[in-house]
Amino acid sequence: MATNALVALPIAVPIAGASLAILAGRSRPVQRTIALTSLAVVAVVGILLLIEVDRHGPVALHVGGWAAPIGVTLVADRLAAVLVVVASAVLLAVAVYAIGQPGAERNHVGFQPVYLVLAAGVSASFLTADLFNLFVAFEMMLMASYVLITLGGRLEQVRAGMTYVVISLLASALFLTALGFVYATTGTVDLADLSVRIAGLSPGLRQGLASLLLVVFGIKAGLFPLFSWLPDAYPTAPSPVTAVFAGLLTKVGVYAIIRTQTMLFPGDSPTTLLLVAAGATMLTGVLGAIAQGDVRRILSFQIISHIGSMVMGLALFTVAGLAGAIFYLVHHIVAKTGLFLVAGLIEHVGGSTRLTRLGGLVRTHPAIAVLFAVPALSLAGMPPFSGFVAKLALVDAGFAAGQDAIVWVSLAAAALTIYSLVKVWSAVFWSPAEGETASAPVAPDAPDTAAGVARRPPPLMIAPAAAMAVLSIAIAVGAAPLYRFSERAAENLLRMQPYLEVVGP
Amino acid sequence: MSVLLAFTAAVLATVGTYLILQRILSRIIIGLGLLGHAANIVLLTSGRRGRPPIIGSGAEAAFADPLPQAFVLTAIVITFAVSALLLALAYRSVLLTADDVVADDVEDRLIAREGAYDEELDEGAA
Repeated sequence: MATNALVALPIAVPIAGASLAILAGRSRPVQRTIALTSLAVVAVVGILLLIEVDRHGPVALHVGGWAAPIGVTLVADRLAAVLVVVASAVLLAVAVYAIGQPGAERNHVGFQPVYLVLAAGVSASFLTADLFNLFVAFEMMLMASYVLITLGGRLEQVRAGMTYVVISLLASALFLTALGFVYATTGTVDLADLSVRIAGLSPGLRQGLASLLLVVFGIKAGLFPLFSWLPDAYPTAPSPVTAVFAGLLTKVGVYAIIRTQTMLFPGDSPTTLLLVAAGATMLTGVLGAIAQGDVRRILSFQIISHIGSMVMGLALFTVAGLAGAIFYLVHHIVAKTGLFLVAGLIEHVGGSTRLTRLGGLVRTHPAIAVLFAVPALSLAGMPPFSGFVAKLALVDAGFAAGQDAIVWVSLAAAALTIYSLVKVWSAVFWSPAEGETASAPVAPDAPDTAAGVARRPPPLMIAPAAAMAVLSIAIAVGAAPLYRFSERAAENLLRMQPYLEVVGP
Repeated sequence: MSVLLAFTAAVLATVGTYLILQRILSRIIIGLGLLGHAANIVLLTSGRRGRPPIIGSGAEAAFADPLPQAFVLTAIVITFAVSALLLALAYRSVLLTADDVVADDVEDRLIAREGAYDEELDEGAA
């Protein structure tokens, strides 16, 4: 009974926190305390849920006591629980970073409440067991993201934000249409109920619904032909906002793809289409990254490339493939958020994120170089780091499933990812600093100290970036248990009996 | 009845799609509104309809299905809120640029220019 109530907390606590934070609008310290406390509570609840779910199977909560097909049902299974934990850890770290950074959070009364609504929306998307509530959760999250992405109202942000809002709204209208079709053909929107009833539809109808939902979530996730809004919208937001968007929002789309395709369309999912889309996503994303000349835009294009890797894991439709995708999801949320936080640090100390205007940071700010190197090496899939385990799992699963072509594509994309990261590393950290080349005989100490001390980043910005680096290393150290957990979560996805039983008739 | 509603939804979706493809912000916003209406009509027709709402008790088939109606109400509220936000953004955009047209991505232009073939430069080199 007590564990049932836990499922509602990751949604209820941030919402309550957001309301309180609005009331406390006059006092920034009170707002911050509320925000950090609520996010910390969500993290603790998430960990408790994860332990419970891993030991005793999925937990369901029928909100208001209404039984499954009619009432609102929340279900935590292994995949949802682990994502709630990682998401809350990331949200907490970014909240601290936003407090430390001069800018968005300090200047806007609305930042903390909206940020908490975003947190609630993300948790709700993971925990909901109902297609319509998934729509509502998405809207909650997107509504908050519209506000956060245009916070500040600069011309650049309004332009990019407009694109983002219009594309998201288009996806929402498609989602509603898809919901209409699903309800018209099956008479239910409850996921557990749907998984039984959809099996009774004609194959053409099932494939049509599967493709429609894939397009809807593909837009949110940034899948191959539908990604164009992402690298345009993300880099213009304030850096903590970009970090949480890059880490979480696209992953919620991937989660929705994994959930709906495995649960509703186990035999009819367009796997060949998914594989082709995954391959194209990986390659276009990374090629786009190579062409860019700005740290944040390079990182944004890389997200697209890695979304392709996760979808590849799903498209294999084996336990190993899904386990690889889940592991990749967890690793990527942490590593990517870390990198975007460091990009914010680079902007803080260098005054820009353009590659041509930066240089020599490895000498002036070695700490930032280390904080960049850890998640970057991890993302590139270098052996001791977490990205290596994730990539190895996917490659292994791909060969085991006999899909050699997609494996080679993913390896090529991985090599190109390294190249794009090297481009950032050599331009930002190793190349001579601006001005240094022009006046060759520089006195070794004088200018360095003046510039270095003046632009030292606040410790509250360093700490969350360091926390992400440590977490990324922790994922690598604990890779074996985490991978076994991912395998169990993947088995749950392909054999849904426990999920269906806990939701009830 | 169903054909008429399907036709309405189709026309709304068509006009909405056409308007979204324009470069003028106010047209895009109206287009999104129309697309939302099309989706709402599809959703509304997905359950039993054209019958009285639930009053008192009786056979299930005698009443209209209340669930799609609840869905549509939720969707309308969400669309309303987002449209308000979009209009505010468009207004801000007009204030900043004194124009109602979607602007180009500057970074994209810069990168596109890098790959462009420069005839004069080539001749100079030769």
